[in-house]
Amino acid sequence: MSVTDTTVPTAYVRTEMLPPRAAPMQRKGALGWLRENLFSNWFNTVLTVLGIAIIWWFVSHFWPWFAHSVWSAGSLRECREIIAATWGEGASGACFAVIRERWHQYLFGFYPRAEYWRPVMTIGLMFIALAPVLFSVSATIRRRVLAGGGLLTMILMAICGVPLWSAMLMLALFGVALLLAEYAPGRLLWFTVFYPVLGVWLLWGGSLWSPMMVLAGLAAGFVVARLLAKRAPGLAPFAAIITIAIWWAFISQPLADALAGVLPLSLLHVTSREFGGFLLAIVIGVSGITMSLPLGIVLALARRSDMPLIKTFAVMFIEFIRGVPLISLLFVASTLLNYFMPPGTNFDIILRVIIMVTIFAAAYMAEVIRGGLAALPKGQYEAADSLGLDYWQAQRLIILPQALKISIPGIVGTFIGMFKDTTLVGLIGLYEPLKGISDFVRADFNWKGIYWEPFVFVGVIFFVICFSMSRYSMYLERRLSRENR
Amino acid sequence: MNDSVPAGPTAPPFRLSMLIYDRRYRSLTFQVIVFILVMSLFWWLVSNTIENLSRLGKDINFGFLFNRAGYDIPQQLIPYTSDDTHLRAAVVGLLNTLLVSVLGCVAATILGVTVGVLRLSRNWLFARLMTIYVETFRNIPLLLWILIIYAILTEITPAPRAYQGEDARQLFLGLIAPTNRYTAIPAFVAERSPGMLHLGRIAIPWLAILYFACLGAAIVIRNRINARAQRIQNQTGKRPVTWWVNLALFVVPPVVIWLAFGLHLDVPELAGFNFKGGINVDNALVALWLALTLYTAAFIAEITRAGILSVSKGQTEAAYSLGLRPNRTMNLVILPQALRVIIPPLISQYLNLTKNSSLAIAVGYMDLRGTLGGTTVNQTGREMEGILLMMLVYLAISLIISGGMNLYNRRVALKER
Repeated sequence: MSVTDTTVPTAYVRTEMLPPRAAPMQRKGALGWLRENLFSNWFNTVLTVLGIAIIWWFVSHFWPWFAHSVWSAGSLRECREIIAATWGEGASGACFAVIRERWHQYLFGFYPRAEYWRPVMTIGLMFIALAPVLFSVSATIRRRVLAGGGLLTMILMAICGVPLWSAMLMLALFGVALLLAEYAPGRLLWFTVFYPVLGVWLLWGGSLWSPMMVLAGLAAGFVVARLLAKRAPGLAPFAAIITIAIWWAFISQPLADALAGVLPLSLLHVTSREFGGFLLAIVIGVSGITMSLPLGIVLALARRSDMPLIKTFAVMFIEFIRGVPLISLLFVASTLLNYFMPPGTNFDIILRVIIMVTIFAAAYMAEVIRGGLAALPKGQYEAADSLGLDYWQAQRLIILPQALKISIPGIVGTFIGMFKDTTLVGLIGLYEPLKGISDFVRADFNWKGIYWEPFVFVGVIFFVICFSMSRYSMYLERRLSRENR
Repeated sequence: MNDSVPAGPTAPPFRLSMLIYDRRYRSLTFQVIVFILVMSLFWWLVSNTIENLSRLGKDINFGFLFNRAGYDIPQQLIPYTSDDTHLRAAVVGLLNTLLVSVLGCVAATILGVTVGVLRLSRNWLFARLMTIYVETFRNIPLLLWILIIYAILTEITPAPRAYQGEDARQLFLGLIAPTNRYTAIPAFVAERSPGMLHLGRIAIPWLAILYFACLGAAIVIRNRINARAQRIQNQTGKRPVTWWVNLALFVVPPVVIWLAFGLHLDVPELAGFNFKGGINVDNALVALWLALTLYTAAFIAEITRAGILSVSKGQTEAAYSLGLRPNRTMNLVILPQALRVIIPPLISQYLNLTKNSSLAIAVGYMDLRGTLGGTTVNQTGREMEGILLMMLVYLAISLIISGGMNLYNRRVALKER
């Protein structure tokens, strides 16, 4: 059989390529997509039909209610009359007039109306304080957040009808912050350090000097630590703590009074009982979040410590806090905490709640961070040791940056949980938006029996805040994992 | 290190500064300082408390637990009247907490796992719907859900007498009737009841005892049969068919009980202004249970989804290439690995649900927080004792649940060598 034998006429051989045929109708385009994603088998088809039925049920029940909503009326009865007149007897409709009339209570509680510029400004400044902490990874994000925060603040200011000068001041501050973020983002960090004092002063009012002196105590401790760092590095932290304690206990108050006599920088004092609505939720949430993270890190490190006593204390504390419901801790804050303090002390209810919420969140945070620490490969610890770093250097430079990165989803989850849990303070008589303010509004004869509209309003705001937090954490996670690659 | 050099310089003499600068002593110093600080803080709190209490003329005394409670509890699992002691009221509250927690955990697990699996389904529409459900419930406070569901039950559902007409239908084949005061559900009733087992004032139906005894026996026997089947399979390579024995073990005893005692469903029916027959469940319990279930199920759905996604695709492919059928692949390969990821967070969700059940106070359901930490404290003025005791009970529940679940977790965890 040689190759040359193939002289017999062979079968027809195609010499040119055929043009590709179009994909079958069932595989492409909208039909193909439908087939693939909605009707691929009988179970899928059942699910699709069920899904459409669910959507139809919700839309048919709630759409008319939204579509018929009334935005301006003086009472629930008036609302119902308007709806009945416009859409016929028996038509359902939302009465969002209550939000239009009481929005300020939902946002600020009983904060004096003339002073609304203060909480709004505090929230605006919060964006500036957050910018260098949260968004330092990228200049674009920094810009976007500062601009977005500024816009939000301006809108809030417009809604609240604040004095023009405060809006101008805020606008100028945002301008400065944008410039700083552009050219010297490190400088913004100083504002972040200063922010808590400024925020407390703006919100509660009174003399600026008392919060300033609290901050000055920290500064004094820092100076002492720096001075001693060379001569007795082991003693420096203790000396700093003692200095701070002495400053707060003995120097702070007289000095503040003296300075107030010289230069009275003071705002109208607002009591904690006047706080309410989302302002209260945000104050408790934000201060709890900022304080629980460092406390949680310390607790997590203590729980993984080699020192048996430290470890035991940490385990006992964490397990006790995690074992009881938050509401019982809040109950302790509202009734028992005064027993634990020296006789005659009566400190602020919001402060008491913040302490309890912080402790509660810190225990959860500690567990989340402990998970991150445990997930870190052992080689990282050994590498740090082999470089000759001491414990704190190793934690600060090698362990914690990586462990915190791993635990970002858990940390943000704890934040979200804590922000949602701020609603529980309504059960100890504070005016949070969900129960406190809503019950207060319903106690008015005009709005007796109004349930759904406040629920929807409050729920939507909570959803927006919590959802954006969770999206931000997902973004951060993606971004940081890209860095790792 | 100096020990290894026999003729080296002797260890340096102890100096006071070594307590801070020597790593061997530093941790000891630090621990002693922390211990002193913690103890003095503790002593400070306790002495403050004692002084404050003495100023108010109070003492720490748990005797109030044995006084007459004098308040009613609408929902009770063991007999209770207002003449009983505060202690018994607390136990009733505790049982109510456990009731709603157990019901909530069971329902949330079923719903959560279903939603988690459906979120991964290839059906585009349904996966999106489930995502909306999960995100909505996870990002809005639980208290809002409790209040909304309670408001729906009390404001929108009709009064019991509205079920009189022909057009008013009861839900689910006429079995369940939500009204603005309670939800009427059917109950199991035996025609020839063997009566109750009386333990003090608590009565337990013999039928329930019989049923659970049969169930327990069935589980024990099934385990032994499976062990035997495994042994035979290991020896001969052939596994005896056991599924019908196992099925019979769980089906036959209930059916026998059913027939022997004439068990039937007692459907609630309107008699006058109220429902008779079946059980009328307090709306507070229904609202709390539904809200806890829907809220926790959203979290469990995410846990399930993450667990299933954590098993890499190669595992399924490897199982298929070994010739395992999809069913056995799921049972023998995917599920055991997914469970390892799912169970620890699931435990903490159960704990969260139990602790969140203390929000019952928002709808007036008398749980432990409502009895011991609420009305009892208000009536006796013993807030210190009441709240501390309540916290201890919650702590005990949490520790027991997490202990039990950790035992189970240890069984399914990866056996590392």
